[in-house]
Amino acid sequence: MADSPDAPSNEHVKPREVPYCGFCSLPPEYCEFGPTLDKCKQWLSRNDKVLYSILYNTLEDHLAATSLGEPEEDKKKAKEAAKIEKQMQKKMQSKVLIKRIERTKRKCVTSVFGLENFDVDLKKAAKLFANKFACGSSVTKNNQGNDEIVVQGDVSDEIFDLILEHWPIVPEDNIDLIEDKKKGK
Amino acid sequence: MFKKFNIKEDVTGHTQVKSSVQRAIRAKILEQYKEGIEGIIDDVMPKKAPLILMKCHEHINLIVMNNEVLFFNHFDGHYYPTLKLLHKYPNMLPRLQVDRGAIKFVMAGANIMCPGLTSKGARMDVSVPADSVVAITAEGKNEILAVGTTKMSTDDIKRINKNIGVETVHYLNDCLWKTVVDL
Repeated sequence: MADSPDAPSNEHVKPREVPYCGFCSLPPEYCEFGPTLDKCKQWLSRNDKVLYSILYNTLEDHLAATSLGEPEEDKKKAKEAAKIEKQMQKKMQSKVLIKRIERTKRKCVTSVFGLENFDVDLKKAAKLFANKFACGSSVTKNNQGNDEIVVQGDVSDEIFDLILEHWPIVPEDNIDLIEDKKKGK
Repeated sequence: MFKKFNIKEDVTGHTQVKSSVQRAIRAKILEQYKEGIEGIIDDVMPKKAPLILMKCHEHINLIVMNNEVLFFNHFDGHYYPTLKLLHKYPNMLPRLQVDRGAIKFVMAGANIMCPGLTSKGARMDVSVPADSVVAITAEGKNEILAVGTTKMSTDDIKRINKNIGVETVHYLNDCLWKTVVDL
């Protein structure tokens, strides 16, 4: 690229800022090739009206032309979109369980299960809990072989609030508090 | 290369490299891209910032700085810039343009066939030899679509006009694109 006029010289070159679609993470002009065009359109029209009008007003004709020509392609895309939709729904339905487990008479631990369904890094979360509550907190495998976070001490209510605050994608209704009184028979 | 890639499973380990190794990597990248990167290397890879090397399966190395993947390579091969980096500095690499029809195949991970580079919507304004790293843009788009290595020189692509012209290494919406590094 050395001979083209816009090749970088030795002067300071500033990085370009490229907007990315908030829904599918692609640069918006490539959304039409992603699986979730409709959702991307919605997102763009909400977040960047100027770009939206540039992209989709001219694009509409193109799209109409291509989709007419390839009905099979459309079907495929619809299928894929449905798949993603399903995954999202599943994600939204999955529960986060906060469980208070008694260890001895007046000592207990709190276990948090199911956070990973919301793309939370468990290790990071455990560390956060440990910092926040000044107590031991770790990621362990429970007897079903699933990962859960075990926090020492009864902090179930605090964790409830903290999860809501820290990972807003977790819907409040999906968090369940359980008290497990008699643990181990 | 990144059709299937999962940062949790495919990364065997990450280390902060010694400054001598960092210098070596930097020198190699500089040597490879020469004019394309000289002006920006200090922005892309500040000398002092810690550089993290992630080793992945199949001898893929990711070069990570400030929680961002900047480059990757395979064995001791070329260092490829990631698309996020390329979007910031699009002049780093020579650019080839494919036609509109090719976009969806490229985004599914296909290699780029010669006709896709020689047809009406496509452009090859630069001439590059075989086995060099190029960025792929698309007809009617501003942003870069993929990164790859040329399998034959651009002259050959025009002349032969058959088979694979550019081997796609990293493309939009592949697993590396979706990867978020969090150390």
